Amino acid sequence: MKKLFNSIIKENPTFVLLLGLCPALAVTTKFENAYLMGICVLFILLISNTIISIIKKLIPENVKIPCYILIIGTTVTITEIILKKYIPDLYNALGIYLPLIVVNCIVLGRALLVASKESVYNTILDSLGIGIGFTLAISLIALIREILGTNTLTIMDATKDITGYIAIYKNILPNISIFPIPILVESSGAFLTLGLLLALFNKGGKK
Amino acid sequence: MDLINLFITGLLTENVILYKFLGICPFIGTSNKEKNAVYMGLSVTLVTTLSSIITYLLYHYVLIPTKSEYLVTIIFILVISALVQILELVLKKLFPIIHKTLGLYLPLITTNCAVLGVTLLNINNNYNFLEVLTFSIASSLGFTLVIYIFSTIRERIDKCDVPDRFKGVPIALITAFIMALIFKRFTLS
Repeated sequence: MKKLFNSIIKENPTFVLLLGLCPALAVTTKFENAYLMGICVLFILLISNTIISIIKKLIPENVKIPCYILIIGTTVTITEIILKKYIPDLYNALGIYLPLIVVNCIVLGRALLVASKESVYNTILDSLGIGIGFTLAISLIALIREILGTNTLTIMDATKDITGYIAIYKNILPNISIFPIPILVESSGAFLTLGLLLALFNKGGKK
Repeated sequence: MDLINLFITGLLTENVILYKFLGICPFIGTSNKEKNAVYMGLSVTLVTTLSSIITYLLYHYVLIPTKSEYLVTIIFILVISALVQILELVLKKLFPIIHKTLGLYLPLITTNCAVLGVTLLNINNNYNFLEVLTFSIASSLGFTLVIYIFSTIRERIDKCDVPDRFKGVPIALITAFIMALIFKRFTLS
């Protein structure tokens, strides 16, 4: 339990390890897209790393990386097919960033660092921790960007066919003339938000 | 005319790094030296252009006729990693000088999102062969340009007195923010 907590906070992939920044910047214009992307990464991380950890003794050392990429690629393709069938809106919103999870440094990095060495149990714990940490981190970024940038908060929209609920909140911010700040949902705003958040957590870590 | 437009869009307005957020890892990680940045950029240009051509042909002449478009991700990543390996061997044999300078950066490219991203975008946007060629060259040159400009800025920043909280990656991201703002304004009217 302590280890799980440790990998969520102290080894947070986005804010501390600085891995997988592409999706953290790209899909965080909507809160819903962000947390669903996080869940996709968590799912892929968990499945592919568990498989790698189980068959690690069968893979020769020199073709390690291609094999891992193949396993991760297969999991990503399965996720893609599932999303395309059941949540097509999300599939379109994530666009190329969904297949790009294959080359996401988080998944491959954890496969090389943890799954190829540790036991299956430890790998599952680590994948859960890193996945949840990633989901929380990109949700936080998306929360800030969407609320301050567009004055709305989308919690459930693309998944309405499955859950039957639509939850979009509008006009959350106090009625001050500086809000909303549209630059935050532009591409440049992603760099600004992540930069400021990293600066914030930098100090917090040192104390 | 359309091709020129596409070239400018890929190079500046919708830059791979600053607009599509692809290849952020090498952007933040390896771009603190001017020389490294240029070599990294050139390797990416080489691999992206070659793999765009190969994946385009594979997609239209193998995957579509056999109705296996869902295999796109796996096939493309395999093509890219195989290409990187082959390129490394070929360069080592035929052009040892280039291999000496680019050799260190080639293996890193397999896991560079920019290469896979551009090849996937080619397919998603339904480009024809000439457009694929233009777009992939423009995008990878855009990558090189941004990573080079960024490395020169970063060399200056390293000498400046940055507030403690912002040292390292945070200030790099703020720099990227300002660069993204500027690049966005290159839109053709």
